[in-house]
Amino acid sequence: MPLANTATSVPVVVDEGKCIADKGCTVCVDVCPLDVLRISDLTGKAYMKYDECWYCMPCEADCPTGAVTVNIPYLLK
Amino acid sequence: MDDIRSGLSEVECDVLVIGGGTAGPMAAYKARKKNPEATVILLEKANVKRSGAISMGMDGLNNAVIPGHSTPEQYTKEITIANDGICDQAAVYKYAQNCYSIIQELDQFGIRFQKDETGEYDVKKVHHMGTYVLPMPNGDTVKKALYRQLRRMRVLISNRFMATRLLTGKRGRAAGAIAVNTRSGEFLVIRAKAVIMCMGAAGRLGLPTSGYLFGTYENAANSGEGYAMAYHAGAKLANLECFQINPLIKDYNGPACAYVAGPFGGYTANSRNERFIECDYWSGQMMQEFYNELMSGKGPVFLKLNHLHEDTANHIEQILHTVERPTRGRFHDGRGTKYARDMIEMHISEIGFCSGHSASGVYVDEFARTTIPGLYAAGDMASVPHNYMLGAFTNGAVAGEDAIDFAAEVDFDDYDGEAIAVERERVLAPTRREDGIPPNQIEYKIRRLVNDYLQPPKVTKKYEICQARLAEVREDMENAMVARDAHELMRAAEVASILDCADMAAFASLFRQESRWGLYHWRVDHPERDDEAWNCHVLLSKMDGAMSCEKRAVQPYIIPIADDEKDAYYNQRVRAQA
Ligand SMILES: Cc1cc2nc3c(=O)[nH]c(=O)nc-3n(C[C@H](O)[C@H](O)[C@H](O)COP(=O)(O)OP(=O)(O)OC[C@H]3O[C@@H](n4cnc5c(N)ncnc54)[C@H](O)[C@@H]3O)c2cc1C
Ligand code: SF4
Ligand code: SF4
Repeated sequence: MPLANTATSVPVVVDEGKCIADKGCTVCVDVCPLDVLRISDLTGKAYMKYDECWYCMPCEADCPTGAVTVNIPYLLK
Repeated sequence: MDDIRSGLSEVECDVLVIGGGTAGPMAAYKARKKNPEATVILLEKANVKRSGAISMGMDGLNNAVIPGHSTPEQYTKEITIANDGICDQAAVYKYAQNCYSIIQELDQFGIRFQKDETGEYDVKKVHHMGTYVLPMPNGDTVKKALYRQLRRMRVLISNRFMATRLLTGKRGRAAGAIAVNTRSGEFLVIRAKAVIMCMGAAGRLGLPTSGYLFGTYENAANSGEGYAMAYHAGAKLANLECFQINPLIKDYNGPACAYVAGPFGGYTANSRNERFIECDYWSGQMMQEFYNELMSGKGPVFLKLNHLHEDTANHIEQILHTVERPTRGRFHDGRGTKYARDMIEMHISEIGFCSGHSASGVYVDEFARTTIPGLYAAGDMASVPHNYMLGAFTNGAVAGEDAIDFAAEVDFDDYDGEAIAVERERVLAPTRREDGIPPNQIEYKIRRLVNDYLQPPKVTKKYEICQARLAEVREDMENAMVARDAHELMRAAEVASILDCADMAAFASLFRQESRWGLYHWRVDHPERDDEAWNCHVLLSKMDGAMSCEKRAVQPYIIPIADDEKDAYYNQRVRAQA
């Protein structure tokens, strides 16, 4: 069966102005238990790549610049 | 990152610990501490710094047996009764005797436990009978404190490796494990003289009512590999029909924490503001009353704090919104809920396997030994009932110390090299396809079937239908599942564990032809508890390639239970109600 691209809104937001991934930071990507964050090749900033979030918050708590905000996933909000 | 590379490396160690959440770090630490010459590898699917149920810390110990507040004998009795008599007491009793020294050790690691004005531990009563709940004022630092000790003890840590199968040796012992890197798809074979499994609960078994696959009660990284790997290796698993079902904040699906709120005067109420259960401690019997109320005209069920002084309610809010599941506060803010003013709507969780809260786990004795020599299990995935966090720490320590001694006595057991090629092919199969069904759809379907058919009340015919449907899904999984990158490959491997767990849940439940543990094993067509035939464990294992169940007698009690005590947990309903 062929695959489609279905849109989904993700709960974690990164403030690109504050994110210093372009200076080598990968903290949020490193700590996430579900491994759903990545650094974008395009922007050089962190973002949520997979919509598989336990809304647990290590990414936000450990970010050195306060760039990450964890929201409640839409389906359970 | 995420591109699939082919690769296979092999390493050796004395003791391999799989899962670096709660029990795992303690097991690895204790093993190295006891034998500093030995090599100990801690393998973790996520990152040990922030993995497992306690990734953001915990607000307290749920089962601390502290001299002056309770005794190991009392605790063992209470857990035997809470678990409806099906309890090998030796492991519970040993836990109860050892856990105080683990508390003292955690204290030395820098984790604080609440004390009163006189300097005594400030233990609270939440259980039906005894007093065991101890708050942790800096509970948010638990993971950091553990990590420091792992570094100090020079435990070798391998993050982002997901174990998929155990290796067993030609002499029938544990011989290591096979793991796949979750960001590259490369394989790692770890040869070991002893293996300790600490992979947590099977948390992605039922589907949360929100429908969000990752909105589980358990840390969603715990997809049940521990149970599946033990099964495929030939170990026995105990009482899988004793499901985990917990009372949670509706939709948010995290604990409402009556354990925290209870000692301050908060309680579970129905929509008429009435208390209907005397004790908020989680047990199957309590969950049955919760379920009955939920389904009755007096439902739904709420956590009630709005009768308390505003400062008290705000204080509880402050505790609950900083540790354990700190997004709780955001969830309530989003809906404009204030604890001081509003009741908090609750619901029951999806089903799972977890001895941490109920009793479903890989069968172990009081040394954390499974039925395979050299293979250990501790924490939520081992069969010691109502274990919680302190049980994971304490039994993790027991496993680490026993395994390191075992490893000193034996040489590596040889495994069949063919097993590795077979496993690699099994795991990589979804990457060999151009298109097909993605793991998330197969997972959704399995978990939706689990909700429709396996969630209690358990009905025989529905279970049989479910087994047939799950067999169809297995065909799809084996022949059509597709993974496009290493991340999806991890999810695909997880789906296989989830399906194995669903099959085991169905099989074990059908075998036990009685009702027991309240809601956890409520079989509508066998509604009575039948002590004559079923006052025993049910052990599930793989025999000649197929699933099989057997009865195993409960070990003679060390702490006797009087006849008039044994049903204490069935008398939870507040009587004065009309
Ligand atoms: C929301 C919540 C609240 C709780 N509140 C309390 C409380 O207040 N007090 C209390 O005493 N107890 C509480 N508990 C229970 C307690 O936290 C658990 O019983 C305990 O932490 C379990 O420890 P564990 O080591 O078995 O599992 P975990 O700590 O969950 O660790 C399992 C680890 O295994 C890893 N893993 C899984 N699969 C694989 C694989 N295939 N390969 C490699 N690694 C793998 C996971 O990433 C994880 O790190 C709570 C649990 C939850 C979920
Ligand atoms: S931790 Fe913060 S600064 Fe670092 S990569 Fe993530 S968002 Fe950027
Ligand atoms: S909230 Fe948890 S699961 Fe979600 S991105 Fe952050 S660390 Fe990962």
